[in-house]
Amino acid sequence: MYPAQFDYHTPGTVKEALDLLGKYKDDAKLLAGGHSLLPAMKFRLARPAHLVDLRKVPGLAGIKEEGGSLVIGAMTTHWAVESSPLVKAKCPVLAQTAAQIGDPMVRNMGTIGGSLSHADPAADYPATIIALNAEMVVEGPKGKRTIKVDDFFKSLMTTAVGPDEILTEVRVPVCGANVGCAYMKFPHPASRFAVVGVAAALTVEGGKVSKASIGITGAGTKAVRAKGVEAALLGKALDAATIQAAAEKAPDGVDVQADLQGSVEYKTHLLKVFAKRAIEAAAKK
Amino acid sequence: MATARLMGSSIKRREDPRFITGKGNYTDDLKLPGMTYAAFVRSEHANARIRGIDTARARAHPGVVAIFTGKDMTGVNSLPCGWLLPELKVPQHPPLATEAARCVGDPVAIVIAESQTAALDAADLVKVDWDVLPSVTSTARAATPGAPQIHEVAPNNIAFKFQIGDAAETDAAFTKADVVVKKRIVNQRLVANAMEPRACVARYEDATGDLTLWVTSQNPHVHRLLMTAFVLGIPEHKVRVIAPDVGGGFGSKIFLYNEETVCSWATRQIKRPIRWTSDRREAFQTDAQGRDHVTDAEVALSKDGTMLGLRVKTTANLGAYLSTFAPAVPTFLYATLLNGVYAFGAIHAEVTGVFTNTTPVDAYRGAGRPEAAYLLERMVDACAAALKMDPAELRKKNFIPKFDNGYQTKVALMYDSGNYGPCFDTLLQMLDYKKFRADQAAARAQGRLLGVGFSTYIEACSIAPSKVVGALGAQAGLWESGKVRVHPTGKVTVFTGSHSHGQGHETTFAQLAADQLGIPMDDVDIVHGDTGIVPFGMGTYGSRSASVGGTAILMSINKIKEKGKRIAAHLLEASPGDMDYANGQFFVKGSPEKAVPFGTVALVAYVPHNFPEGVEPGLEETSFYDPSNFCFPFGAHACVVEVDPDTGHVKILRYLAVDDVGNVINPMIVDGMVHGGIAQGVGQALWEGAVYDDTSGQLITGSMMDYALPKADGLPMYETARTVTPTPVNPLGIKGAGETGTIASTPAVVNAVVDALSGLGVDHFEAMPLTPERVWKAVQAATSGK
Repeated sequence: MYPAQFDYHTPGTVKEALDLLGKYKDDAKLLAGGHSLLPAMKFRLARPAHLVDLRKVPGLAGIKEEGGSLVIGAMTTHWAVESSPLVKAKCPVLAQTAAQIGDPMVRNMGTIGGSLSHADPAADYPATIIALNAEMVVEGPKGKRTIKVDDFFKSLMTTAVGPDEILTEVRVPVCGANVGCAYMKFPHPASRFAVVGVAAALTVEGGKVSKASIGITGAGTKAVRAKGVEAALLGKALDAATIQAAAEKAPDGVDVQADLQGSVEYKTHLLKVFAKRAIEAAAKK
Repeated sequence: MATARLMGSSIKRREDPRFITGKGNYTDDLKLPGMTYAAFVRSEHANARIRGIDTARARAHPGVVAIFTGKDMTGVNSLPCGWLLPELKVPQHPPLATEAARCVGDPVAIVIAESQTAALDAADLVKVDWDVLPSVTSTARAATPGAPQIHEVAPNNIAFKFQIGDAAETDAAFTKADVVVKKRIVNQRLVANAMEPRACVARYEDATGDLTLWVTSQNPHVHRLLMTAFVLGIPEHKVRVIAPDVGGGFGSKIFLYNEETVCSWATRQIKRPIRWTSDRREAFQTDAQGRDHVTDAEVALSKDGTMLGLRVKTTANLGAYLSTFAPAVPTFLYATLLNGVYAFGAIHAEVTGVFTNTTPVDAYRGAGRPEAAYLLERMVDACAAALKMDPAELRKKNFIPKFDNGYQTKVALMYDSGNYGPCFDTLLQMLDYKKFRADQAAARAQGRLLGVGFSTYIEACSIAPSKVVGALGAQAGLWESGKVRVHPTGKVTVFTGSHSHGQGHETTFAQLAADQLGIPMDDVDIVHGDTGIVPFGMGTYGSRSASVGGTAILMSINKIKEKGKRIAAHLLEASPGDMDYANGQFFVKGSPEKAVPFGTVALVAYVPHNFPEGVEPGLEETSFYDPSNFCFPFGAHACVVEVDPDTGHVKILRYLAVDDVGNVINPMIVDGMVHGGIAQGVGQALWEGAVYDDTSGQLITGSMMDYALPKADGLPMYETARTVTPTPVNPLGIKGAGETGTIASTPAVVNAVVDALSGLGVDHFEAMPLTPERVWKAVQAATSGK
């Protein structure tokens, strides 16, 4: 498993990395943790002529709280998120999601920015950052811009990050005391990617749901917001009938794909099961 | 001296420190001056004619040393099939495909370069002009009218038709049956996935004409014999095959493959060493795969549950070519095991071997015996369900009663010894079966689906004797060699013709030899895996190393002792017939105080100044052991599962195994084999399966991301025990332990899932693995009355 030949670049700043992207354009590929890109290169499914490694760029990794949000550097590893006391305190579901990615080796190398930019349709993070209404900060030749999560995932393995841009930060609003969150997944038996994964963030005020935010990954070609589920929960008390009725809406708007792990019928069913489980788990918190 | 404790003692494996500290010596670790590196150009199509191969651009790539296609390999023969059934259709299997490729991954050219990357880059530049033909991968479809024809020599893609048992007697049994239970049972295809991928280094020295091949082999002598005598036509004595540390085989490294054959040929052309190491994708595509049966089975029963007859019709998928021992697996290693541990009144089995455009299929851990055990154990449970009998009771009712020296089955084999009831009773006690049924009923009342599955299996090890297997089509003898060299200082080197690639020979054989000689284990080393050093041996397969290889060593040790007695008798001025040997001392019977230590005898043997007349100097003996029969281990396993009805996910709560493998040299190593075997068998039941697209012929599950191997978090802590029924076949009483777990566990798991769902009306799964979707759909179909 040897990749095709490529040139390897180690920019020291985001600016240098952007210049390399500008120079080599489609021939360049950004390297973060490498746990999706490098296997693809070893299979020779990806053959970038230039690999731009972001690991030497200072300041891209790290977690801090700023203005009511957790600011997570794009190069922060899954392990760093999973084990961060700050994340565990302010946004525990994000740590719980990170802990369910791949295996320890993947989590020690893989990064949140790499995962989100790669936009694997079965990745775990996308469901949770949709549920948490995160924002993505990207830098490009024209400076910084912020992309709301609902505008981020465009199609299969495609995001709103431009070819000349780099995702540098993920900003996740801190969960309030009256917010319950959960991420529940059905893992692929080999890869441990999500066959389906559902994240729920529910704000309960006066015994009723005042805000519902549900993200879905795995079943379709990209992660999506489950608007039908959200609408079915809003303003209701979280009783069994409400949860069941809301969960039934989970497949709405998901372009469910059949593969060896399941037919459209089965995955559609799983979406309902895991929506229910995620809502139930979020309701308990 | 603590000799009596060595046999049967859980001594830690000597080989492990080097393996776990990265100091093993694997084929890919070898560095030779002038080394070149090979990459193979492979077919991306399942069935395609080769119109032409353009190597011009590849030849121009920097670092390329040579490129060869099949047409360059003149005078090279087809890869041989080592087990010829009557009327077997044997298609040509050239080391590099010349006319057509018959499966994805079929090699058509070798690119040799100064570096591995240069070889791979240049291989990408070789352009093959393909005429793509329709293909067939489905076992059930292969021999049907209209299926694409793969080999001219095999009309309708049929390689052989085989039958065993008594058809008339079986028909009569079915005529008088009160109940007939019939099921279709599909045993899916598996990928062996040894941790170390296949690899070879071939070095030709033109100054001497010697060829050395380092290769990931379970049987280096067999590799050498097949390659020299049948394919390359070069003298066997000028070829040395070395199988150094080998990281697992599970059968897949028994066979002679294209790659080492081509490298051995090519090194003679370029006169430089060549290394090839498979990557994991090549391993998925080209390592011989396992199982792949579609079977219709029927059992005839009387009302009281007596098993009157068994009728089996199996189609076995052999893949695109006949791998080395492929025809033996679904015939003499499968159909002959269909008697199981049950006293069937009659049995008849038909097996049709078919070619498809898939990777060749051959022996994979268990090899035929798991297929037989799965079929029988699934059918027994289906029979119990049909009769509304308890599956444990039905088994007990039909067990062959205890026998010590021979039971003639209905399918040719003569079992050695067996006592199946106590083994199963031990299992039921460990399980607390009655309590489980109560727990199961209570759980059901709460909507939880618990189930238990049993598997009471038989296994056949140390395939033998040679004259019998020869009559059945084997092109090889199935004996083993063992040579014991006592050095002048009394230290001992043992050479075994069997090979260790995970089994722990370096520990167990040292235990055996030290125990027998009454000397410290540290004084004994085990050498294997080198045709230049070790006498011709048949290698490791079919759980035979301890029983056959161990007996050959024992025979040599006995010869050493006899010679030592003559030397010691001379030193003590006693008669050799009066001598005895124990605890490392030769002594006159009844006078242990008059003793000569083993080390003294060894020294005298090499410095024979005071030596008996007519005795040769030296102390070294070689033996070849050809067993008189197979050995038949048996056992009873149980699995307890819980099924999530919402998702179809199966969780294993308990796994219990009571095995009888005869006498045991090292219980810890046997436990390890049982544990690993269970994991592999559970893998087949729940996760593993090679899936081909029947239209394109592509292997869809071609990577670790798609093909689900067992993981620790899907397996419980095993509860194991053993009963001991020594075999009368060999003097060690050892039956064999390497495959029992794989054979037993698959049906135990599937039976447990069926049992969990039995309350909903599910009584069978036609196909494995029991993926969550399959289980969920079965629940849906049963509950919706479909």
